[in-house]
Amino acid sequence: MKNPRKISNSRRRFLWTVRGGMYFATALTGLLTLFIVAYVLIQGIPNLSWEFVSTKPSYLSGNIGILPDILNTLYIVIITLLIVIPLGVCAAVYLTEYATNKRLVSAIEYAAEALSGIPSIIYGLVGMLMFAGTIGTSLLAGGLTLVIMNLPTILRNTQESLKTVPQSYREGAFGLGAGKWRVVRTVVLPGCIDGVITGCILSVGRILGESAALLFTAGFAHALNGFVKGLGSAGATLTVALYVYAKEQGEFGVAFGIAAILLVLAFGINLSASAVTKYYQKKNAM
Amino acid sequence: MKTKENYLERLVHGVFLLLGLVTVACVLLITVYLVVSGIPAIREIGIVKFLFGAEWASTAAEPKYGILPFILTSVYGTAGAILLGVPIGFLTAIYLAKMAPKSVKEIMGQAVSMLAGIPSVVYGLVGMMVLVPGIRKLFHVPDGASLLAAIVVLAIMILPSIIKMSVTALEAVPKEYEDASLALGATPEETWFRVSVPAAKSGIAAAVVLGVGRAIGEAMAVMMVAGNAANMPSLFQSVRFLTTAVASEMSYSSGLQRQALFSIALVLFLFIMLINAVLNFFLKGEKRS
Repeated sequence: MKNPRKISNSRRRFLWTVRGGMYFATALTGLLTLFIVAYVLIQGIPNLSWEFVSTKPSYLSGNIGILPDILNTLYIVIITLLIVIPLGVCAAVYLTEYATNKRLVSAIEYAAEALSGIPSIIYGLVGMLMFAGTIGTSLLAGGLTLVIMNLPTILRNTQESLKTVPQSYREGAFGLGAGKWRVVRTVVLPGCIDGVITGCILSVGRILGESAALLFTAGFAHALNGFVKGLGSAGATLTVALYVYAKEQGEFGVAFGIAAILLVLAFGINLSASAVTKYYQKKNAM
Repeated sequence: MKTKENYLERLVHGVFLLLGLVTVACVLLITVYLVVSGIPAIREIGIVKFLFGAEWASTAAEPKYGILPFILTSVYGTAGAILLGVPIGFLTAIYLAKMAPKSVKEIMGQAVSMLAGIPSVVYGLVGMMVLVPGIRKLFHVPDGASLLAAIVVLAIMILPSIIKMSVTALEAVPKEYEDASLALGATPEETWFRVSVPAAKSGIAAAVVLGVGRAIGEAMAVMMVAGNAANMPSLFQSVRFLTTAVASEMSYSSGLQRQALFSIALVLFLFIMLINAVLNFFLKGEKRS
């Protein structure tokens, strides 16, 4: 590559065209990312202040604060994870440890794949019919919708990490006379903790970025509530609040402020996801 | 003692089975809900009139429910995003998988993850503030909120999935293939494009199909930049996608109009299921090879 050998002109042309194309495409991807991040941060950070993140909006004073939206986001993350982790982990344990019927396994795996392909607007619609229709537009309804959305993420990550638990551990435990449930509890479940953590981080990222599924299930109120009361009442998460402020109210400063916060959170989530993966790779390698 | 343990084992097994079946139940529930709530409006309007009617005027005195504009917009918009995004993503993926020095690969990997992690409303916001006025000035059109703006936003949004999946597929190509090609006198570039890419073709195809799925299902970002008028698709006109058609009228709809929105969601769902089937086909092809 360094000493261009004697090759025909047409081959040389091909070489430089594809090389140019690759450089151009990669530079474009990198610059686009840089531009979006820089633009949002530059537009957003001047709007951030302690007051902005610690007060609630008030029509009387015209003040706009996003504390309720931050809390709503937190509540919805907590409730979603609380429900989805047991569901996803148990489903993964069933698939790798218990299931003997191949048809059933492929049905569950196919269902998980189908779930991860469904667009969030459809989740929003079905969540509206299924949950918001019965328990009312509330954070709980939004959370339940997100549970279905994030089920495949937790399931798949747990399954992957269960596969790395050596078969000999299980056999050793069985050989010592442990029953199936005891083996699962003491050998298998501790082994899948890394997958659960990775799945959780990815799910949190997805919940933070979700808007279409929440618009019709969790609504867009900005009331300041405690956890239990918050779950029962409608509330906007950060992304939904961003959408409402930008599209319906034309408050672009506020929208960019929220966008900057979301970007920083997304960056943190990416970093922690790769840190966790690296940590466990090292640990498993030992 | 023995029977008590057996009882417990069976109980636990049952619980795990039940929780495992929740996934299947969710898919079934979603399907049933969409079909049950989507069929009535289609029956009332008539399937031909609904799918091929060229006019959508749900709030008019004599309402018309034709969703052809939405279907075509979704198809054109997705096709445009693929045309724009796939070449860029594909070339970036080859560079990152085969050519890039380690440091560049690391940084670009972070950049691509960042791109994947940006919420769609943030894409919408940036599109609204940068792209829409840009298109208005550049092409001298009255309003920049158009199909073109949506295509550009979607193209950027599908980049990370295309890059990540293609890189994985390209890195999985056995080194022997490439070595053989190099030993026969092919340049590295020729090897990547004529040996590695064909060997990774089902993975790359799966990446493209995944991109199609993401593009056709995206709602919020598109809603913020496409203008949302129910026009027939045209590059510089305000348009409405299948997704945004559902989202934009849902909050104030009622009666037949609301039912028609569910029917649109059903059509979208069928599109997605079709894409999933194609995706599975390619993924299976990759596993086999």
